[in-house]
Amino acid sequence: MPSNKITDTASRSLIGIDVGGTFTDLVQLDPQTGHITLAKTPTTQDNQSIGFLNALATAKVDLSLVDLIVHGTTTTTNALLEGKMCRTGLITTAGFRDVLELGRRTRPQPYGMKGQFSPVIPRDLRMEVPERMDAQGRVVQDLSETDLVAAIETLKNQGCESLVIHFLHSYANPAHEKCALEIASKIWHTPYITAGHMLLSESREFERGVTASVNASVQPLLDRYVSALRTKLADQGFEGDVLVMNGNGGMVSSKFVAREAAKTVMSGPASGVMAAAYTGRRADELNLLTYDMGGTSTDVALIQNGAPQVSNEIEVDYALPIHVPMVDVRTVGAGGGSIASVNAAGLLEIGPESAGAQPGPICYGRGGTLPTISDANMLLGRLDPDKLSSVEGGVTLDALAEIFSEKLGAPLGVDAMGAAEAVIRIANAKMAGAIRMVSLSLGADPRDFALFAFGGAGPLHAAALARELGVPRVLVPARPGLTNALGCVVSDLRHDYVQTVNQPLDHVDLAALHGIFANHIAQGQTALEQESITLTSTSQTFSADMQFAGQSHVVRVPLTSPTPTLEDLQTGFDQTYWNRFKVELSDIRARIVSLNTSIIGHKSPVDLGGLIAPEGRAAHATPTGTRMVRFDGDLHDTPIFWRDHLPEDIALNGPAIIEQLDTTILIPPGDTVTGGPDGNLTIHIGGAA
Amino acid sequence: MSIDPITLSVIQAGLQQVCDEMDLSFSRAAFSPVIAEANDRSDGIYAATDGALIAQGAGGLPVFVGTMQYSTRVLIEMIADGKVAAPNPDDTYIVNDPYLGGTHLMDVRFARPFYRNGEIFCWLSNTGHWPDTGGAVPGGFSASATSVEQEGLRLPPVKLFKQGVLDTEIYSIICSNIRVADQRIGDVKAQAAALSVGEDRLNALLDRYSDDVVKAAIDALRDRASAQMSQLIDEIPDGSYASTAWIDSDGVVNEPLTIKLKIDKTPGHLTFDFSESSPPCMGPMNSVLATTLSSVYLAMRHIFPEVPVSAGAFEPLEVLRPTGTFLDAQYPRPVSGCAAEVSQRIAEAVFAALVEALPNRVTAAPAGTSGNFALGGFDPDTGRDYVMYQLSGGGYGGNADHDGLSNGCSTIGISKAPPVEVMEQNFPVLYKRYALREGSGGAGQHRGGLGLDYEIELRRGTARASFVMDHGLYGPQGALGGADGAKNEVEVWRDGVKYVPDHLSKEQDIPLTAGDSVRVRTPGGGGYGDPDRREPGLTAEDDRLGRT
Repeated sequence: MPSNKITDTASRSLIGIDVGGTFTDLVQLDPQTGHITLAKTPTTQDNQSIGFLNALATAKVDLSLVDLIVHGTTTTTNALLEGKMCRTGLITTAGFRDVLELGRRTRPQPYGMKGQFSPVIPRDLRMEVPERMDAQGRVVQDLSETDLVAAIETLKNQGCESLVIHFLHSYANPAHEKCALEIASKIWHTPYITAGHMLLSESREFERGVTASVNASVQPLLDRYVSALRTKLADQGFEGDVLVMNGNGGMVSSKFVAREAAKTVMSGPASGVMAAAYTGRRADELNLLTYDMGGTSTDVALIQNGAPQVSNEIEVDYALPIHVPMVDVRTVGAGGGSIASVNAAGLLEIGPESAGAQPGPICYGRGGTLPTISDANMLLGRLDPDKLSSVEGGVTLDALAEIFSEKLGAPLGVDAMGAAEAVIRIANAKMAGAIRMVSLSLGADPRDFALFAFGGAGPLHAAALARELGVPRVLVPARPGLTNALGCVVSDLRHDYVQTVNQPLDHVDLAALHGIFANHIAQGQTALEQESITLTSTSQTFSADMQFAGQSHVVRVPLTSPTPTLEDLQTGFDQTYWNRFKVELSDIRARIVSLNTSIIGHKSPVDLGGLIAPEGRAAHATPTGTRMVRFDGDLHDTPIFWRDHLPEDIALNGPAIIEQLDTTILIPPGDTVTGGPDGNLTIHIGGAA
Repeated sequence: MSIDPITLSVIQAGLQQVCDEMDLSFSRAAFSPVIAEANDRSDGIYAATDGALIAQGAGGLPVFVGTMQYSTRVLIEMIADGKVAAPNPDDTYIVNDPYLGGTHLMDVRFARPFYRNGEIFCWLSNTGHWPDTGGAVPGGFSASATSVEQEGLRLPPVKLFKQGVLDTEIYSIICSNIRVADQRIGDVKAQAAALSVGEDRLNALLDRYSDDVVKAAIDALRDRASAQMSQLIDEIPDGSYASTAWIDSDGVVNEPLTIKLKIDKTPGHLTFDFSESSPPCMGPMNSVLATTLSSVYLAMRHIFPEVPVSAGAFEPLEVLRPTGTFLDAQYPRPVSGCAAEVSQRIAEAVFAALVEALPNRVTAAPAGTSGNFALGGFDPDTGRDYVMYQLSGGGYGGNADHDGLSNGCSTIGISKAPPVEVMEQNFPVLYKRYALREGSGGAGQHRGGLGLDYEIELRRGTARASFVMDHGLYGPQGALGGADGAKNEVEVWRDGVKYVPDHLSKEQDIPLTAGDSVRVRTPGGGGYGDPDRREPGLTAEDDRLGRT
């Protein structure tokens, strides 16, 4: 194992700052004392660095004492989802300029013949040049350098800032792309050039082309953003490094991050899952289903053996695949703002419409008039009704009840409270179903997992969901609303590599295969060496994506070394396939589709004991009050606790409500809750094994 | 027993979940890319007494939306009549007979009785498109077949699994009659395993809510779905609506086939009358009754996507049996074109009839052909025979809100096209072009989407090209003053000489040698509304982007 810069951990503080849709969150950790500082400030969407600096100011951070800042930004995600990208030109193989617009011949919804699609790069900025490789990487037609130069000049004159070079079969032989890259880098007026094979060496021209195009078209934005941020921080006396979170749950220095800007897309959700995995490992909960419920949506991910599932096949939006390795986070629908209604069949439906952040649920007092999941929680006493009167323009509980009664209760034949309970019941049933589908599609039975609840609304629904799913326990971390920022602090450096192989196992050139892994390792080590931060160790993981000949799906076979034998590959595949499908097909040949390598540079471990300050904890659990909360048709006089004041070894029986600044935790009757290290709470589902 | 609406919602979601998990299991474990990648399969739960559709997976292929309930009903009737062996627990029947509630031979149905306390509570069934079931041409789409025997092996309902054990004798008969039989065992196991997943999940649901409650809920949900569909179709003013749609030819006799549809709307009820359509045809463009019905249902679901699929939702839709037409084909009429082509034209007729009454919901006609191009040959490099399929999409119809989508998949499908790079990895071909077909969208206030323009060159060896496509004679219809989309065009280039099939969109076994090529231009969508009312900005953008 190479030993570059593996030294003792730094003694100065470490900061994670995550920009979310509504809030910018900060977690500061002092490795000497274990002291943790938290801050939350409003996100400034147009220029996220303002909110970033506000968070530092709010937390009264002395930047000269900070060693490292890790930043989760939605700069690229927002640009992509809102279509606000840089003007980008594409040069591709003659005959194929429309690949980005043709997609994979789909429609947005299975039913309904409407819907539209806009390609990442518009047609007038997509140019063709004569060149062609075949599937074996043999040259069919030489690259016309004259046409290439002319195309580059045209795109320059069209005002493009970034350039994509995307040729057919470049994963098999990148020679033409490399040649074009060399020519382009001499005459293109900016450093922003992406070639298709650079981000992923995988076949499928639409996916590879979109990935490269997304990279190029968000690259200048990310570059400008992080450069400006570095300057501002330097002006304030910061001498350390700023790292940026990637969607694979690792981080990369802000000096290099823009080169592969597409990898920062969806890094926020990934960061939360990394924090969940880290928290789980410290709590000996190695198998977790993460459940992140916010205002507009709910995200779910799977952690097995302490490691989040990573996929290179994520579709960020309809026909928007970004095929770089990312933590596999799936959005499963309802959030707190999802609207409840009664349909023409007289049945209750939740969503898909959402009240969003504006006007938001009725209980936000911002003009919302349609009943939502959050409003149902309020009506049932699960959220603090005093908050209703504290907002300007707020509605009363009676007014809320009247809306529920009129819009839902009357058509369903129940009263307002009955309607509110039905909303929660149906929402939970649907969410549980969606979580099962995610889990099963990844080959896992949800009952083998514990639920990790975070996000503002996650801990409110988690116990009921767990019961529905047959999950025995729910882990609620100390700061559910700051999980993404915590992910910035606890994550490691990580580089992932994929290479298409596409050979039957019995024809595979084992030496070439070992060479691919060796090459990945070398690339990863070089990338880690470029980073300025100190690492305690590095680790590597290897896997092969395999299938039976004739199949189109692959399974990922974990490998213990970069030099597997054919027998290792065959038995690993048989075992993995059996575990997933319970089907054994010994007569059919196996194929290796691609090889995957992850090189991880570990930072020093972080102690989370300070997430809830020990000095604030009381010796005994004393309720701050009680209120009537409805469960299963009955009102229960339910004690309310303030989480930061609970003793660490708390044990309580439901019904109980535990409140804290960033969330509300609901323990239904029949369930119990216990406290543990790192400020975690575990809800034990009554009757579960 | 009366079930409150909240419990109904929960049980509805639970039944849907059972089917979705069957779909997922089937696709994930299937071998055939047609099932695994193209999702050409469907899973559902059907009533014990009459096979009525209780719930069906949300990810199933649209054309199966109404077929399996007929297939299950026929099976139940044949068991009652003693024509099929009576069921035992863990039996699984296999059937692909088109005339017994099916589509074409390649769509193979499995059905398993689901028992509770020794009685059949319901049936679990699924359909999967097998890559081959024998017959004259690999893949089963013979453009020149004149009887079903030429299309492949036809299986009546027989028990492939007897009390859970595969009947290897039946299986070996099947394997001896189909191509690439060695890979089928993977699909058979996946298809049966999906039914087992359904059993487990349905048992869990029944254990939780009790058999009686679920049974009562199923009845109530059926009534409510019926009421919901009735209420939605009341958006259509009472009266009569008519339309006509055409199929280029049947592949054998070069004359167009006509679908004439008359829809009568009365309060809460639609009657679909196809009785004036063409008589049964010689070639494979006949449709069997189950497919005709299913095509009407899937068209209505495209118009009202919010209604969950169930027998109740179909109750207000009465389709008069089109006896004596090519939409109610009887043995031994060939039927391989029914699922992929005729079904889409039926849907087009429904859209064309209703677009004036529902101008905000219905679009102008979509491309409406699956664009089946099969290339079979011998690759001297690998020393193996191969069959390559290129199925293509086309433009969707313009609509009240916007221009039609370009290169969408068929009306009756939901599959993804394979990448060019993967096709070239697997077959000795080189794509010269894979592009938007400029100018193919029908003009309109909102124009049709663009079709696809591709050209494939054979690199080595010899091969034969076959086509089962449509809309070569008439483009997809415009609506409310919009123009028709561009017609499908097929060109075969041999030694620099162009050849166009006599039937334009259909022909079988055109010989090719290395260097020859095939160029296909798929239809654009129909335009919507008067082109003169198109916003100048949209026209300018089309010009700038070279779409017209």
